[in-house]
Amino acid sequence: MKRDIVTAVLSMIVFTILLGLVYPLVITGVSQVAFPGAANGSQVKVNGRVVGSKLIGQSFATPVVENGKVKEVEGEVQTTPDPRYFQTRPSATEGGADNAAASTFSNKGPNSVKTKEADEENIKAYLELNKPYDPGLTVAKIPVDAVNSSASGLDPEISPANAWIQAHRIAAVRHLSLATVNALIARHTSGRGLGFSGEEGVNVLELNLALDRLTGAKS
Amino acid sequence: MTFTGWLTIALFAIILTALALPLGRYMANVFTGERVFLSPVLGGPERFLYRVMAIDPRREQDWKAYAKSLLLFSLAGWLLLYLILRTQNAPWVPHALNPLGYHSASWNVTFNTVSSFLTNTNWQYYGGETTMTYLSQMAGLTVQNFVSAGVGIVVAAALIRGIVGRTGKGIGNFWQDIVRVVLYILLPIAIVGALVLASQGVIANFSDYLTVHTITGLTQKIAMGPVASQEAIKELGTNGGGFFNTNSAHPFENPNGFTNFFEMLLVLVIPAALIFAYGRMAGNRRQGYAIYGVVMFMFLGAVAVAYIAEAHGSPAQHAAGLHTGVIHGSGGGNMEGKEQRFGIASSALFDVITTVTSCGAVNSAIESFTGIGGAVPFANLSASEVIFGGVGTGLYSILLYVLLAVFIGGLMVGRTPEWLGKKLEAREIKLAGLGILITPLAALFCTALATASNAGRKSISEAALSKAGGNTPQGFSETFYAYLSQANNNGSAFAGYTGYIQPNAGNLGAHGVTFADILGGLDMVFARYAPILFALAVAGALAGKRVTPAGLGTMRTDNPTFAILLIGVIVLVGALTFFPALLLGPIVQGLTTHLY
Repeated sequence: MKRDIVTAVLSMIVFTILLGLVYPLVITGVSQVAFPGAANGSQVKVNGRVVGSKLIGQSFATPVVENGKVKEVEGEVQTTPDPRYFQTRPSATEGGADNAAASTFSNKGPNSVKTKEADEENIKAYLELNKPYDPGLTVAKIPVDAVNSSASGLDPEISPANAWIQAHRIAAVRHLSLATVNALIARHTSGRGLGFSGEEGVNVLELNLALDRLTGAKS
Repeated sequence: MTFTGWLTIALFAIILTALALPLGRYMANVFTGERVFLSPVLGGPERFLYRVMAIDPRREQDWKAYAKSLLLFSLAGWLLLYLILRTQNAPWVPHALNPLGYHSASWNVTFNTVSSFLTNTNWQYYGGETTMTYLSQMAGLTVQNFVSAGVGIVVAAALIRGIVGRTGKGIGNFWQDIVRVVLYILLPIAIVGALVLASQGVIANFSDYLTVHTITGLTQKIAMGPVASQEAIKELGTNGGGFFNTNSAHPFENPNGFTNFFEMLLVLVIPAALIFAYGRMAGNRRQGYAIYGVVMFMFLGAVAVAYIAEAHGSPAQHAAGLHTGVIHGSGGGNMEGKEQRFGIASSALFDVITTVTSCGAVNSAIESFTGIGGAVPFANLSASEVIFGGVGTGLYSILLYVLLAVFIGGLMVGRTPEWLGKKLEAREIKLAGLGILITPLAALFCTALATASNAGRKSISEAALSKAGGNTPQGFSETFYAYLSQANNNGSAFAGYTGYIQPNAGNLGAHGVTFADILGGLDMVFARYAPILFALAVAGALAGKRVTPAGLGTMRTDNPTFAILLIGVIVLVGALTFFPALLLGPIVQGLTTHLY
């Protein structure tokens, strides 16, 4: 019994050193050397400045300015989608959308009125943003990913169908042909893992940066 | 539903089996102390660990001594983890390991968290990136990710030894087993897994949270940390406690379709291999194949139901006018709480994998699954984690069911039940029966208590209450799932259910919901260790029993007839125990398009 107690204490200490310090330090060290880009968050730089992570969804929105001041409600900056950029999926993170310091599920139930209302609100916003440029757009034609909130609240991708609808708006606002925008979408669509696992998706940050490179940010 | 969706599911089953067969052989050799290909590398470190931990590996233990060592080891682990988590902002913690200066979570939340990681549950009332320091994640949680998995595996190994052993009362040596399992099985696979994940974008650093200025003039703060090392063992040990709040849905834990597939394999490979290891150690591989057939059949059934239900979409979506079918460029379905890169099939598959095992990692929000899609994880949990199950726990749990099925089969044909040549008597049957029923008992007792009391109702999320503030089927599902998941040491959640109110990151001003924290903590500890003790007691009762050669009248346990009987027993026990409660929550939602 006494020997068992000694072994219990010793083994936890030794395991903590081996598995809690040595193992994570070795993995982190090797990753920093072998995969520095990935290990540090797949950061994307423009002119040497970090503008985001390839893997983390972000808002492409501008702050709402009222009376010369950025509008805040309960500490959250109020924003409005920037029509010149492709928009990411709805996000339910705490402290405002796309908060990558506090990922959160929406936890909305399948039979809840609140889920239906959230969907309707997102549908309304999506139609307001896109229908002027795509008159044939109806509720039934909106791909679900465009109006359902993602799991992490940080989904970096949208479905190709979602991108194709938004392409009408982008083409008009940026004075590009629809074919040019669609070609750009195709170039930034990632295939399925191993050819079958998961779904195709369009990386919104990379696509938007490609747009800026094509036409300049201020078009 | 799409062809590629079904293809993913089929390929997963095939690749899993192909990997589990050789791993099962390897693990059987590790359990019986034979040389394996890693012995030349790990033999030295193994002997070194025995020396510094004061272990005498030759000392054979009977089941009581084995259980005592296991409990002492767990107690030491509990105390050390509590200490680490409660001192995470102590002055001696270097800045790089607590860059945001996080304080400790309150005692009640820590009680729940410690009990959770110790029992391989990894239920989380906290959000990782807003609560835990890098040091807590590594030295505290990662360590238990390994050793709690190890404890499950050694119990399975000990039970197999008891079942097949022919000499004496010994069932192995706990200390030797835990060292060998960590060193020869968990650590090597975790190292490879962590590096594969890191190469794909799972982060591995000790940086401050990154602040970026976006091209539209906003700022975004991005959580960082040593994720890769924890992510690999989180899946491999069927732990499931995410580094981040949204677990494997977070792009830094699971960046693409490939990592998703890889993580799913990591979760299931050891539980699957253990079944084959059992067959080998029993001296008849068909014993393993029969059980494998049973669990694979039930597993694929669950996946199919979940996939069909999620691809159909939810009543809320349809009420909002959305079209949820597959269209060109979109997979459709219920995408609320799911990530685009995974889509419906890979989310449903991941969900089933994580709930048949005791993993509990999630790549999508289970609370947002449709009624029937959400009933699948419920059903998996109701089968008491025997469909593959957690590492070790799954095997020893299903072996108790096998024992019960042999007994029932024996009653049906009117012969004394025999299992692998050993006569089953009243003592073993009683122990196995208790071992099987104790987990449902804990789950239902806690659910009833939490549903009936005001203190319990505080944890239900606002979104799950009706507009008038009343409880709903969703609210009941949240509660039921919470205590069912904790009792089964699973750890997945209808995540709206809360035990920790954290107004802002850093834990200042945060407080736990004491009732939910304590009840859940006790639920996990009780439902972990009671079945372990029953399983070890069964091992002790069977060890040393005389083996009689199989005769003409012996009921075989390695053929399809027995497999069907086993499925029947598992389904019957699960349905009889849980059906009334399931009706009140997920099933009623699945049967109606009514919104509330």
